[in-house]
Order: sequence, then C-alpha cells, then structure tokens
Amino acid sequence: MTPLALQPVALAVFLALFVFVTVLGFLAARWRRGDLDTLHEWGLGGRRFGTWISWFLLGGDLYTAYTFVAVPALVFGAGAVGFFAVPYTIIIYPILFAFFPRLWRVCKRHGYLTAPEFVRGRFESRSLSVALALTGILATMPYIALQLVGMQVVLAALGLQGSGIWADMPLFIAFVVLAAFTYTSGLRAPAIIAVVKDLLIYATVIAAAIVIPMHLGGWSKIFAAVPAAKLTLPVPGPHSLGSYGAYATLALGSALALFLYPHSMTGILAASSGRVIKRNAALLPAYSLVLGLLALLGFMAIAYGVAKNPAYAAGFAQYKGNFAVPALILSAFPSWFAGIAFAAIAIGALVPASIMSIATANIFTRDIYKAFIKPHATDAQESGMAKLVSLIVKLGALAFIVILPATTAIQFQLLGGIWIIQTLPAVMLGLSKLRLRPAALLTGWAAGMVIGTAMAASTAFKSAIFPLHLPGGFLAPGYAALYALIANLAISLVLSWILNAFRSEAAARNDPAARFEF
Amino acid sequence: MPQPARRRASLWRVLLILPILAVVAVGCFNRAGPSLWGFPFFYWYQMLWVILCSVIVGFVFLIEGKAADAGDDA
Repeated sequence: MTPLALQPVALAVFLALFVFVTVLGFLAARWRRGDLDTLHEWGLGGRRFGTWISWFLLGGDLYTAYTFVAVPALVFGAGAVGFFAVPYTIIIYPILFAFFPRLWRVCKRHGYLTAPEFVRGRFESRSLSVALALTGILATMPYIALQLVGMQVVLAALGLQGSGIWADMPLFIAFVVLAAFTYTSGLRAPAIIAVVKDLLIYATVIAAAIVIPMHLGGWSKIFAAVPAAKLTLPVPGPHSLGSYGAYATLALGSALALFLYPHSMTGILAASSGRVIKRNAALLPAYSLVLGLLALLGFMAIAYGVAKNPAYAAGFAQYKGNFAVPALILSAFPSWFAGIAFAAIAIGALVPASIMSIATANIFTRDIYKAFIKPHATDAQESGMAKLVSLIVKLGALAFIVILPATTAIQFQLLGGIWIIQTLPAVMLGLSKLRLRPAALLTGWAAGMVIGTAMAASTAFKSAIFPLHLPGGFLAPGYAALYALIANLAISLVLSWILNAFRSEAAARNDPAARFEF
Repeated sequence: MPQPARRRASLWRVLLILPILAVVAVGCFNRAGPSLWGFPFFYWYQMLWVILCSVIVGFVFLIEGKAADAGDDA
C-alpha cells in the first residue's frame, strides 16, 4: 500500500492559516481588556460577549471538528441514520430558548461560573454539586481527545505521516500552541479564533455543496449513487419501534445532553444578557443547515468512489470511514482549497478543545478546589489554579489519544453523553420552584449513571442503542442515555415527594428554592 | 426589598414544541419521495425544519418582546 502523498500546496496554505490563528489567539488577551488574573475574566470572558461573538463562540463550541469528520463518516458508512445530527441540532434550540436564559440570569445574579456551582447554591448540597462536577469533568475529557482524532485525520491527509516518535509530532505541536494561547488569553482566544474557523467552514461547505454536485451531474445523481438500503431508514417490523425509535431517541437524548456539557454551559454563561442567548437560539440553526450539507458529504464520497481510489487506501486502512471527507476534499478540490478546508477542520478542533479545557478548569477550580480545598482562595489563586488545570486536562487528552486506540476515545465519549445527561434533573428542574431534595437528586443521578453504563456495557460499549423489551413483547430500541434519564427523573421526583411528606413545616418554609427568584 | 417585575412566559411558547414533534415523528418522513431539487424527502424535510425552527424561535422571541426579560442587565 502506498503511503498518503505529501500535499505541499495544501500544507503551505494550512500552515499559513494555522500561524494566523495562533497569533490571533495570543492577541486575544488584549481584546476587551479585563483582568485575566480573575476567573470571571479568564474563564468567562467577563460575561461580555454580545450576539455576534456568542454566535461564533457557540457555533465553534457545538459544531466541532469531530462532528465535521464523524457525521459524514457515519452517513458514508451507515447511511440515513447518520443524518440524526440534523434533528438533534434542531431540537436543541427550543430547549436553549426555553431554559437557558433563566439559568444565565440566576448565575449572573449570584456570580456562579459553572452549573455545579449553581446546584450547590440552589440545593445547598455540596455532595450533589461535587457529583455533578465530577460527571462534567469525566464526560468532557474524552470529548477533548476526540477533537484530536479529527485533527489527526486531517494531518494524515496532508501527508504528514512520520514513524516512531515523529508520528505524533505535528499533533503535539498543535497542542502546545493550543495550550499556550488558552493559558494566556482564556476564553477570549477561542471566541476570536471561532470567527476565523466559522468563515473557513462556511466557505468550505458552500463550495462543496456547489462544486461537487456540478462535477457529479447534480444532487439527484449523488443520491442515485447511494444504495437504496442506505438512503432511508429500514422500516421496523411488527411489535418494534426499530430504527425509528433509535433515530428519534438519539436526536432527542443528544439534544438534552448538549447544553449540560460544561463547554456549552461556559459558552452560554459568557453571553452578555439573556436576550443574547434567545437571539442565538433563533440564529444558530444556520449552523445546522451547514451540518446537514456536511453530512451529505458522506454520500458525495460514495458517489465519488473515494473508497476505491488506491491513493487513499492507506488513509482508509488507518482511519476507516473518518477518512471519507478528507479523501473527498482531496479529490474534488484544487490543492490550495484543500488546504483551506483542512485548516477549517483543524482550527475547528482547536476552538472547542480550548473551550472544553477552560470549562473543566472552571469546574475544578470553583467546585472542587475552592469548595473543598481552599475556601478562601484569592482571585489570583483561583485563576492560577484554573490555568494550570487547563494545561493538565489537555495533556491528559493528548496522552489519551497517543497511548490508547481511537476507538477507546469514541467509546468513552459515548459513555460521556450517557453520564452528562444525568445532571439534567438537578440543573434544569433546579430552575423551577419544585421542592426537589438533594438526597433524591443524588440517588436519581447515581441510578442513572449505573443504569446507563450497564446498558452501554451490554452492547460491549459498541453502541449507544439499547434494545429495551417492553411488556407485551414490544421492542423499543433507544438511546441508553434517554432511558437512564427517565429512571433518574422518576427516582428524583418520587423520592423528593416522599421526603417532603415527612418534612417539618419550618424546614419546608426554609427550602433554598425560596431564595431564588425565577 | 424591591421585587423585579414578574416575568411571564407567554402562551406563544407552546409553538416551540412544534419543531421537536416534527422531527421525532420519524415514521412520517422516512421515505424517498417526493424529491425536491434532487433531494429525497427524508433529507429535504429535515433541512426544511431547520429553517422553520429558526423562524418559530425567532417569532416567539420577537412577539414576547423585552417584557419577557425584565430585570436583565442588557
């Protein structure tokens, strides 16, 4: 098998763009200058991002490099089911609109920087808060690692494939750069770089949606090249929800989980007002349109027959379906444009990886370090700790991807979604006056974690879809995260109701909910 | 202590459920025809709902106006 060819022109364009965003990342420290020795400024940009910057920041945060590689890869390999990313990124916006401006307001008023911090204040429970903090950190780590997978694929497509210690050198350099600008500029860096990344992504996708169908003789030719079995979902048999259940629950569960991830929370809390968040709920779907077109790159790759091209055999051998998009870009575009497209993907990895490391650092600092280790930490100590943690988190992700096979990161990320959704009852129901009790929420959380993990384990961590057998011989295959969440919600609500029945009137009047104005 | 003006979520918010219902009812759109500009129904239907979702959320935002955010700093 011939190794992937070096692409000198594409590489030059790629490097130029990479250097450009690196400079931007460091300059970001001076933008809307604030005291970066406070966590509020370093880790949340001083809550000053208006509609446009929030749009770019959240767009860069939610639609990651891994999405750009993996979603079309799934469509390429499995067909219609991979398109679930579109309904998923539709469902998130009504949820964003309805719940998160309220969370923003409460967090602003009380100075909270993270979701576990809100929960600690709202339920006056340190154990519930720390459970949520650990869940957030655990779920985010593999997500950062996956951004590196996206970057690895692109670097390989550029022909940067060494052996031995050189194999991971380009990735290592990219990561040092990422760590350095995140350390100096905090959330301002990904916010600025996101603007560049998004412009590049939009250019790439729009060009692909116009140029490639022209090459291939129109969209109908592209869809005609796709085997009928991949074009739509298989129709379920009798007594089963079949693929429909899987598709709908994947979309719904992923959407419910999304804004609970620490990095999405950070993006939301950095907005300058609740109205900025609402406006973005109406404007962000523009990215979903792009994501839909991106997903269809998977079908274009089928129509182009990239998998049969011997020039890419080495790429497919190593990265499987994840190589479909890079191979398509190399075959459909001139070399200089391939450089732009690859830069878009690689920079698309830097932005979320940076926000994710900041978000985990905020959580560690506020909800573990300050809550348990050093309650009287000064502002400077807080931001110093956060900067240090952001470095450690990234090193961990790098080690993860260099030492373990990529499939492990993917399996952990699958579990991450199942885990993070278990924080929903405390965070989202915590935004209401419901008299939920921390002990009940903690029990529900623990049950959800165990049930969800067990469901994933029953598929040997290969699939997030659990074949649930209902009474009457009815089969309802669905996203394990959603099923586990239902158990969690039921336990949280019922147990709270029971605990409240035995509560003295004075204690009930003293419920912390009374101190929150929703 | 002065209480901030009471915020009320309007009934218009019921509309927000529409995009969600439209895309989880998979059985209603899992077919190839009729196609539009070469896109099979399954694909253009869901892409159309991206746009409708944006329109609906934007509509609720505009019709609720500033009153829904009383007490906000901006």
